[in-house]
Amino acid sequence: MSARDAILAEIRKNRPAGDHPLPEVPLFTPLVGDDLVAEFGERLKRMGGRIAEPGADDVFAGVRERLDGAKVVASAVPELAGNRDLKAVARPRDVDDVDVAVVRAVFGIAETGSVLFTQDQLVVNAVAYLAQHLVVLLDPADILPNVQAAYRRPEFGQAAYAVLHTGPSATADIEGVLIHGAQGVRSLTVVLQPRATA
Amino acid sequence: MSEELHPREREGVVNPVVRAPDDESERGQDGRRLDHAEGTSKPIKAPAQREPQPRGAKIRGDRPIDQGEAAERFLAAPLHAAAHDERLWDLRRKRDNAAHGIPEWEELRELASQIKQHTLSNLDAYLEQFEAAAKANGVHVHWARDGADHNRIVLGILRDHGAKTLVKSKSMLTEECGFRHFMEGEGVEIIETDLGERIQQLDNEEPSHVVVPAAHKTRFDVAEVFARTLGTDPDNDDAHYLAESQRETTRPYILNADAGLTGCNFAVAETGTVVTCTNEGNADLSGNVPKLQIHSIGIEKLIPCVEHLGVFLRILARSALGSPITQYTSHFRGPRAGTEMHYVLVDNGRAARLGMEAFWTSLKCIRCGACMNTCPVYRRSGGLSYGATYAGPIGLIIDPTFNKRKYSTLPFSSTMNGSCTNVCPVKINIHEQIFAWRKVLAEEHQIPMLKQGMMKAAGAVLSRPAAYRAAIGAADSALKVLPRFAVYNPLNTWGKKREMPDAPRQSFHAWYKENRMKDGAK
Ligand code: SF4
Repeated sequence: MSARDAILAEIRKNRPAGDHPLPEVPLFTPLVGDDLVAEFGERLKRMGGRIAEPGADDVFAGVRERLDGAKVVASAVPELAGNRDLKAVARPRDVDDVDVAVVRAVFGIAETGSVLFTQDQLVVNAVAYLAQHLVVLLDPADILPNVQAAYRRPEFGQAAYAVLHTGPSATADIEGVLIHGAQGVRSLTVVLQPRATA
Repeated sequence: MSEELHPREREGVVNPVVRAPDDESERGQDGRRLDHAEGTSKPIKAPAQREPQPRGAKIRGDRPIDQGEAAERFLAAPLHAAAHDERLWDLRRKRDNAAHGIPEWEELRELASQIKQHTLSNLDAYLEQFEAAAKANGVHVHWARDGADHNRIVLGILRDHGAKTLVKSKSMLTEECGFRHFMEGEGVEIIETDLGERIQQLDNEEPSHVVVPAAHKTRFDVAEVFARTLGTDPDNDDAHYLAESQRETTRPYILNADAGLTGCNFAVAETGTVVTCTNEGNADLSGNVPKLQIHSIGIEKLIPCVEHLGVFLRILARSALGSPITQYTSHFRGPRAGTEMHYVLVDNGRAARLGMEAFWTSLKCIRCGACMNTCPVYRRSGGLSYGATYAGPIGLIIDPTFNKRKYSTLPFSSTMNGSCTNVCPVKINIHEQIFAWRKVLAEEHQIPMLKQGMMKAAGAVLSRPAAYRAAIGAADSALKVLPRFAVYNPLNTWGKKREMPDAPRQSFHAWYKENRMKDGAK
């Protein structure tokens, strides 16, 4: 018998007694207030992320210093050119030298301060981790109230890779001392910028 | 540290050594102190004094683990014992705050428990659904009967691709399988990418905690390990310096690895998705950089639908860390263009456990570690004293399913205060299962005669779990301090037999009354 069949047979033989119906999951009232933008920003900051307001004539005013100080900028958004074309990257490891990556989030979650990306936004998935810093464009209209609402979105059933980022890479494995930039990005900054209307 | 190991951004750094002047790790944008991920709510620093790290239980083949002996050595290292206790108690308090912040907390626990029980009692169907969905997504699916099977399968996949190096993120399942040791023997280089797990790998130790693998080590221990293995400055015990050293030395492995492997927090039957929750983003690196990606999945990780993630995600990080979510929640569903993706579904005793009437619900566990953080015995003895893959209360009830003789003494390492059951986000009746294991092990004569005698003497208490249950819901103040009876109670092999004090019930009640009275003043 194959391992597969042996495992399934044993599971069938050992089925626990009793009735264990799948419960209906109710829609919980969001824990956040009506001002989703403010709630999102507050939670994101608690998770170590930053919020930058777009300037009047420069979307990236809040992260200008970081962008100007960067040698390699990989942009996956039309709002910024950058100097590394992600579409031309042959192997994921080639984005290791990226100082700042700029991507757009599919949506944000106010309850946690998270943003979602799929492979479509990232172009090269690895850039969201190998880059030193991550700048995220998020349309305030794309902020969902809670995690439950997020999991009703179609992306999770469609994308080959979907990931929620909540602040930067972090560790506190040594005596609980919080350190940003454990293996992934050292900072994550969200710029609240509406999508360009197509 | 050799030249190329120095971080790129070395210019303009200030002491301590690699910390950038604009480092934002400790304070958020608004200037408030941050405590997300595994961060402590206040600085908890072991005193600047070196103390040799107490090592774990002595493993002697199948012989029963003497946790008491290892615990004694842990307690005999007061700096380690105190730092460990305080650190995990802080995690427990963070968990309380997070749980209290959600009005529907109890409802979520109940839902999570029911969803898991439903899935486990229909596990065959959900596994088939998961397999079919994964295959439709272009994922190769393998089934492993046990740990050895898992290791052989992964080795086969690696050999097919000529892969000789593998980066992995934290996975308790692979610890169960003895994966690293096996691969070493096969000439495959395995690199752990989680900081805590990497510390443990370099020190040739098992993880001592499911969430914070190196929680039992002070920064001095880490400095010593890194100096010895990575060539860092042995006198620099700054956590930033140490973490940065690990980042810089691990990055080349990540970039050059032939394969990547992750564990799995949740496997969604409906979509064939593997979900991982990490703070470092290392599962995403393991899954997104190498050309070959492998995910090892315990068969009990299944949940029916994506919608259910909306329940589990809300309780996992809050229970584990006191944060609303981990930094990264990653959903791997299909391979990237030009790469291969494999799932290995591992049984390793789970299907058998399903048939154990008193113990099958332990399969609901989502490995949050909350029961460990709240356990006075665990906090004061260190995870390695259990001599098993799983330590703390959850370990007491699942370790004996792997080896009844070797782990026969572990179910006695509990004060039966019931706090583990109270914090468990999937409502496993942990302390009742601990009690049930004591009975099973006694009946099956897995307990040495001496302890059986002790159990008889203590029969009055053992036969009346109600006496223990009275302590459930005991106030934090009672749990914070390790009750004396837990150390000296003959019911606990953990305690010191030779300092046997008063009759156990009496001392328990005396202790309980005293603490309750103190608490009553609140
Ligand atoms: S038994 Fe419960 S509390 Fe303990 S690790 Fe598992 S899920 Fe968490």
